[in-house]
Amino acid sequence: MALRVPRSASIAVGKAARTLTRLRGGSGSAFPGLVVERIDPSFLARTLAQLPKGVVVVSGTNGKTTTTKMVVELLRGQGLKVLTNRSGSNFTRGVVASLLGEISLTGRLEADIAVLELDEAHAVHFVRAVRPRHSLLLNVMRDQLDRFGEIDTTAGMLRSIAQTTTEGVVLNREDSRVAGIAESLSGQQVRYFGLVPELRRHFPSDDELHSAITPDAGSAGGETPPRSGPAQPTTTPEGDGVPDGEEPVEPPGTGIISADSAGLPEADVLLTGLGTQRGSFRIGEQEVTTDLKVNGAYNTYNAAAALALVRMVLGEELDHQALLRTLAQVSPAFGRGESLTVAGAPVDLVLVKNPAGFRLGLSSFSADGVATMIAINDNYADGRDMSWLWDVSFDSLAAEGVAMVSGVRAYDMALRLSYDQVSIQAVEPDLKTALEAFLAAQPGQPKRIFCTYTAMLALRKHLAAYTDVEAFA
Amino acid sequence: MSSRSTQQIHVVQLYPRDMNIYGDYGNALVLQRRIAWYGYEPVMHSYDPGDEFPAHADILIGGGGQDSGQDRIQQDLLSIGERLHSLAEAGTPMLMICGLYQLFGHYFETRQGRRIQGIGLLDVTTYGTDTRLIGNVVAESDQFGQIIGYENHSGQTYLGDDAQPLARVVTGEGNNEQDPHEGARHRNVLGSYLHGSLLPKNPAVADFLIAAAVQQKFGDSLGDLQAPDTAPVSLTELTEKARRSAASRPR
Ligand SMILES: [Zn+2]
Repeated sequence: MALRVPRSASIAVGKAARTLTRLRGGSGSAFPGLVVERIDPSFLARTLAQLPKGVVVVSGTNGKTTTTKMVVELLRGQGLKVLTNRSGSNFTRGVVASLLGEISLTGRLEADIAVLELDEAHAVHFVRAVRPRHSLLLNVMRDQLDRFGEIDTTAGMLRSIAQTTTEGVVLNREDSRVAGIAESLSGQQVRYFGLVPELRRHFPSDDELHSAITPDAGSAGGETPPRSGPAQPTTTPEGDGVPDGEEPVEPPGTGIISADSAGLPEADVLLTGLGTQRGSFRIGEQEVTTDLKVNGAYNTYNAAAALALVRMVLGEELDHQALLRTLAQVSPAFGRGESLTVAGAPVDLVLVKNPAGFRLGLSSFSADGVATMIAINDNYADGRDMSWLWDVSFDSLAAEGVAMVSGVRAYDMALRLSYDQVSIQAVEPDLKTALEAFLAAQPGQPKRIFCTYTAMLALRKHLAAYTDVEAFA
Repeated sequence: MSSRSTQQIHVVQLYPRDMNIYGDYGNALVLQRRIAWYGYEPVMHSYDPGDEFPAHADILIGGGGQDSGQDRIQQDLLSIGERLHSLAEAGTPMLMICGLYQLFGHYFETRQGRRIQGIGLLDVTTYGTDTRLIGNVVAESDQFGQIIGYENHSGQTYLGDDAQPLARVVTGEGNNEQDPHEGARHRNVLGSYLHGSLLPKNPAVADFLIAAAVQQKFGDSLGDLQAPDTAPVSLTELTEKARRSAASRPR
């Protein structure tokens, strides 16, 4: 029989654990959450139920962190007190841990709304306990397949999030797997964010890959060719966890722009133009062009997603002028196009964790005049499978070459570049040694480091010796 | 004697649109480059459902896919099965990974007991399971030495009497959880569960496919690999180091 611990007791225990973790030099995120979760499983649901504007969930394969940060800042710009899981541990425990910092011992939560970034794998458990009032689903791409098995499984997880959402769902209309979730919903309001067709070429999709090796065709670029021929869903080799006939046949293709541009639903927010740190949007009926602190096509598209969600959450209450003022000030999340200055020269860190993300990173930022380093680790948080490196074309780096290749899987990366005939100046698996050599080699030259998650954590720690790096906690 | 650069080797990728998950593209790229570096002209073809089958096919490769991708290609594969059989019996080298490895066998039996017909080119059968075998693999082959890759499959495959295993697993599972076999071989047709991609870190396998094609078509044996110097160390040394670090990683 379950022992019910009074709420104030579980909060006190959690807060003590949090203090303890801090004292021991931990990040203070996962451990205290675990303690409370064990003691009082309904803690989350009960506490979050107090929020007057409920819980908002942001999920998808790529761009969750930056988009969540934008949504939070846009809502704060509207005068709301917003709770979020900024700690980077985007799991249920991380959420519990962030709550503990914002809660009084009597259990009162000092916030209007919670905006939570959720990993697809953990989101399903979370939304069963805490039903979000609104959700934003970004994309389904090849990511961490060694953990989730199949893209279709990931799409199914996002569908569960949408189905448990009580009021409204915002979907990426350009991603056919995400847009298709609308068909499984009833009762929830559904809105979309999207792109004008002219901008689609900035967003390579997973499906363009197969055309890349076609001979003499010039390959690179171009739209995903339209699919033809009816799918015949009669078989299931390489079985997944879905009983026969239950899984609706999803349109083929993944990535940001896998949907055919014809016949798309109307978008509430449409990205209509891209410039250098500038973006044009059609927000509702209004055309807006604004300066942005975020850079790259991909982050700008995430801004469209964030705008659509904020419009849905606030409805009539929205202060449009304040929204545009905040939009211009929103900055990218840690490691997502983040720029540091080392010895007077900019050093950009670009997080790469799957083929679509790496392709977006390469196409979003020009390599001209930039010294490039690539750091690839294969720890659990990075994904152990290196296959994905072969799904990215590195031709755009051929002109300048790559100055340094590093990380646990430096030689896998070097091999990948060699088969794309991209020249490499140095290979050094040790991140610290590699970083020092890379920074010393071309003083004054702008630099860019593409890195996997754990490589980025290590590099930021080493970069702190050179420059002010925002603490990651 | 004509220059080798006018001697073409045609590589056919089977179903790249639906069956190219987990980096199987790397296999096509490695063949394309190495064929050129051996002094021949690579001609790359894609074959997708409904396409006309290429008139020249000196090497065939295929990859893994989503369940939905396999649905789309299965009927088409059966329709070209006879052609693939005659190519295989003529000694044409082929490399089929994961999903297409399964469909090159006799059948795939789902957990519900439904049989999905393959082309039976390899004497293997596959059974759907609830266990997904995922992780780094190191295997030993008499012919190719150590084979290094990454597996991710829930179908488990068993060899019949007419198939040779490609390798014996040292780390990982390979074909199934029961026996130590990884992959299968019949004549010059290789089946394997290993992504990674397979060929970049296992150039012995790539060169086997190229050598077989060159021997078949021109009666040549392979000369020296003329890879350009684009890194501080040679391609051979990079490959060796990549193999060593991969083999040392946790599953
Ligand atoms: Zn596979």
